[in-house]
Amino acid sequence: MKYYRSHVLVGINETSVAAGVQSFVRALRAELSKAGLSEEINLLETGPLGFFGKGICLTVYPENVNYENLKEEHIPELVQEHFLKGRPVASLMLESAGKFSPKLNYSKRIVLRNSGIIDPESIDDYIGTGGYEAWEKALTQMEPKQIIEEVKNSGLRGRGGAGFPAGVKWSFTAPLQAEQKYVVVNADEGEPGTFKDRLIMEGDPHQLLEGIMICARAIGATKSYIYIRGEYKLCIHRLQKAIDDCRNYGIIGTNIFESGFDLDIEIKIGAGAYVCGEETALIESLEGNRGHPRWKPPFPGVKGLWQAPTVVNNVETLANVPFIISKGADEYKKYGTPECTGTKVYTILGDVAYPGLCEVDMGTTLRTIINDYAGGMKKGFKFKAALVGGAAGMILSERLLDVKMDLASLNQYSAVLGSGAILVMNEHQSIVDMLWSILRFFRHESCGKCSPCKTGTQQLYRLITKLKKGDGTMDDVELMLTIADTMQQTSFCALGQSPIMAIRSAIDNFRDEFIAITQK
Amino acid sequence: MYKEICAKYAPTKDNLIYILHEIQDTHPQHYISQEAVTAISEYLKLPENHIYGVLTFYSMYSTTPRGKNIIRLCESPPCYIKGSENILRKLKTILGTGVGETTKDGKFTLELCACLGVCGNAPVMMINDDVYGDLSEEKVEDIIEKLRGRS
Ligand SMILES: Cc1cc2nc3c(=O)[nH]c(=O)nc-3n(C[C@H](O)[C@H](O)[C@H](O)COP(=O)(O)O)c2cc1C
Ligand code: SF4
Ligand code: FES
Repeated sequence: MKYYRSHVLVGINETSVAAGVQSFVRALRAELSKAGLSEEINLLETGPLGFFGKGICLTVYPENVNYENLKEEHIPELVQEHFLKGRPVASLMLESAGKFSPKLNYSKRIVLRNSGIIDPESIDDYIGTGGYEAWEKALTQMEPKQIIEEVKNSGLRGRGGAGFPAGVKWSFTAPLQAEQKYVVVNADEGEPGTFKDRLIMEGDPHQLLEGIMICARAIGATKSYIYIRGEYKLCIHRLQKAIDDCRNYGIIGTNIFESGFDLDIEIKIGAGAYVCGEETALIESLEGNRGHPRWKPPFPGVKGLWQAPTVVNNVETLANVPFIISKGADEYKKYGTPECTGTKVYTILGDVAYPGLCEVDMGTTLRTIINDYAGGMKKGFKFKAALVGGAAGMILSERLLDVKMDLASLNQYSAVLGSGAILVMNEHQSIVDMLWSILRFFRHESCGKCSPCKTGTQQLYRLITKLKKGDGTMDDVELMLTIADTMQQTSFCALGQSPIMAIRSAIDNFRDEFIAITQK
Repeated sequence: MYKEICAKYAPTKDNLIYILHEIQDTHPQHYISQEAVTAISEYLKLPENHIYGVLTFYSMYSTTPRGKNIIRLCESPPCYIKGSENILRKLKTILGTGVGETTKDGKFTLELCACLGVCGNAPVMMINDDVYGDLSEEKVEDIIEKLRGRS
């Protein structure tokens, strides 16, 4: 391997592409070569860098300097000052970060272990880090039963929201006799504030594919669909390239590694509806119908896509699987808590110093995530609340910052870990306003199939609008709770069952604010 | 023209979503016309009301003609608290249209949408296939001005 003095990582993502990163990279390469640095500085185009800066961003290793909002006119200065003379250009550095340098904790990463390190468009890079060893092992050295046992033992639970144990789910489908079974990957990611699946796929598409392959072998599926939202253009491009490369390398296709096993993976594009993230609605959508949820049971594991047994898993769930197979369940269990193993990927947004992406042990407290990974609050702002889990999540106050973030602990507060979205609000922001925005979202996304949700979401929106205007009373607040409670008990799918969480947590944790606005 | 697009796909129901996407993307007014629905219905051997059902369910499709550039501004909570309402007001003023409407010159249609998954750069909008993040009122003005210049 070539030895480089430093590595310059360029984040290629939707926003940097829009900011012209491609021509920026070309210009930077030219400048480096002009300065005679091509052999010393390794310029690598990669996925998410772990922080959300503006426009075009770079990270320089080993010094771990982050730049944001770069323009082509900055290139000569960067090359002269930083890359040639070793003096980082302070004026171009990530503004919000100040002196803080976030924990990168690569040693504690599973899902993101390659993100921001390898070139996600290179299958050889992935293989170079031990990629597809787990697949080979699963296919040539393990029986499907053993794979399922290992995944069960690992304690891996679904990362799409409901937290169902993955190995158990697979064990329902595996023994069924059927002409065709499917693995469907849920990459619909519509929960507001959530985009961890996008970053996982952009940063390391092969790891997801490897997880799909292992799952397919475990349950005996020969066909897999990745259902992804149409807006995720870069993800779609990278996944397609990864699939094509796998076909060319004989990693998928027919009679893979002479094992007699066949598998094909295909991308399917959604058309924009939050409810299509619900697994049965997703299946309806794949079949070319309106995305209305189906009655369960039968569960998709028994009768799913075209009535065939179908395992539906979230992107992050499957991205954990290669590690479990290559390193073993015991190694996996060293991460997280005994009841909730492994790691969790979060995106932290809002008024923190350093909004970004992190992967931490299950059970890490919100306080640690905000302070150690996001640098605490942005200068001059005070913490007020965090919306955890998107619109279907809950609004937590300071008092709850030390709750361990894992499925078992958060259940006590009737929340789910949900989507991994953390949105931090400052003391000037209004909880009523936030709740209004959440309820507007639900009103818009209710699919209209069942009346508790169809009318309930409209009533909730009407009431919160009244409150927001200052025309409401505490009776309206109580009525909202009653309606949302009824919806939770009677709605057909989890969408209609969710608004209660945001409403109850907002009212319980910030009752004063509701009292104040009704007395205006 | 519609028949040619249909023929690129196998005549199975699961391809409906794709056929609709392609017809809408290639139509200069980015919508699905009655004639298109009839053509798809014949090709897939599905009743027209099934096609309308699907078409009206998903937010990406339109049954009415739209402008050359489709602006979709995110109104979900993370963008909302970063000021998407101000951006909306600005867009309405400089375009002179309301939500769901198209400018007289046929260049822009203004729409609202749910989270686009780029909330790290909130507030965010998409114009056609391009994402524009970290929006400010000045930035919006620039973006629209540039697109207006292009014919
Ligand atoms: C309204 C609604 C939206 C959902 N959206 C998603 C989503 O975007 N991604 C996802 O993986 N799961 C989503 N789910 C959960 C899925 O129904 C399902 O539980 C999940 O895909 C199973 O995968 P897992 O066991 O790996 O978590 C959603 C559920 C509901 C009710
Ligand atoms: S709860 Fe809401 S989203 Fe779910 S089926 Fe009923 S109307 Fe549709
Ligand atoms: S909330 Fe606007 S992009 Fe996610």
